[in-house]
Amino acid sequence: MEAIQDIWNYLEEVPDPEIPVISVVDLGVVRDIQLLDDGGLIVTITPTYSGCPAMNEIQMGIRLKLLEYGYRHVQIQEQLSPAWTTDWLSESGREKMQAYGIAPPIAAVGPEADLGRHPRGLFQEEHGVHCPQCGSQETKVVSQFGSTACKALYQCENCLEPFDYFKCHPQ
Amino acid sequence: MRVLDKNQLALRDFVLHQADNTLILAQRLCAWCGHGPVLEQDIALSNIALDLLGQAHHYYDYAANLTGGGATADTLAMLRPERAYKNLLLVELPNGDFGQTVARQFFFDAYHVLFLEQLNKHAQDLMLRAIAEKSLKEAKYHLRWSSEWMIRLGDGTDESHRRMQNAVDLLLPYVGEFFLLADYQEELIAAGVLADPRDFQSSWSAHVEEILSEARLEANLQQAPMQHGGKQGIHTEHMGYLLTELQYMQRTYPGLNW
Repeated sequence: MEAIQDIWNYLEEVPDPEIPVISVVDLGVVRDIQLLDDGGLIVTITPTYSGCPAMNEIQMGIRLKLLEYGYRHVQIQEQLSPAWTTDWLSESGREKMQAYGIAPPIAAVGPEADLGRHPRGLFQEEHGVHCPQCGSQETKVVSQFGSTACKALYQCENCLEPFDYFKCHPQ
Repeated sequence: MRVLDKNQLALRDFVLHQADNTLILAQRLCAWCGHGPVLEQDIALSNIALDLLGQAHHYYDYAANLTGGGATADTLAMLRPERAYKNLLLVELPNGDFGQTVARQFFFDAYHVLFLEQLNKHAQDLMLRAIAEKSLKEAKYHLRWSSEWMIRLGDGTDESHRRMQNAVDLLLPYVGEFFLLADYQEELIAAGVLADPRDFQSSWSAHVEEILSEARLEANLQQAPMQHGGKQGIHTEHMGYLLTELQYMQRTYPGLNW
């Protein structure tokens, strides 16, 4: 339906409050849009992390954006299942993140990654995360918990810059 | 007030139990904010607390739904009297030193992951499954963090080892409560809504023993005397002080809004 595609396009203009270069659509947070007979809208979103404080701002951002385009009657529904996964991050979202200085998630370092060194997967040496500054693969994790719930703190051993890594949340 | 039947009451109480677990533990972890031993671990503790608080929010919203009569996540979280809280005793215990916080977190995380996996797989309640599916991904990161710190500190210096062993000795009497079922758990199991957490007790013990061993720490899981009562609302002396801080604003300024 033409109108629904328009709404998706409008929501591409709603930035993630924490990483303003990507939209809530890039993030995979917007799951569904329904257009009602009376012209009202139901937008279904899914939270990234349970405690993510940006979700309130995201809801507000969606409402204000849709108001800009003349949609006053908007219901926002939260859908917990299926749980949000970094698999839903769009390709362009990843590229924009990288350009902004945040390393996008790669499957190899998620909690399910099997690097085979420890029976419980502890003390993994995280390989494969590229430094967004210099591109080197010589990076190490400083802490699995970074500036926000979704990010880990890394350091590049080549250019020595610290950077955020968007944590992998596989399906 | 909506009048709930026996099964609905049991479900509501179980949801409150888990909501309280995550809220009270988050409250404890928040106290570290700005006081962590190093910046990265200060942030780690805050992030874990935030995840748990987010999970608590989902559970409280559901419990409010089940309760009806104007109950909200806020009224449930902030205005109940002490004996209405159903959290495990373990999570209300004081932070102590960093090692004690790590040990408390590890014992809880090892249980939490198995608890959520079981909920996600077997619970007949769709909302519980959805919350569990979401929370499990976060709990796995928590378990990785707490397991690694058990080992770093347990198999660390003489001092860190001593402090970790003291922490384990102090907390051991509280880990039995995971597997002492409350009435509401037994009713839900009998009704086929939930699976029995004792089904994963041996996995939990094996996992904990593995990590303790790698951390060069001793604990006799089988023989420790077990404290309980939290699930029924009978709390330690610490709970009163904790709730005083947690509830102060809401009780002093009723209906306050940011």
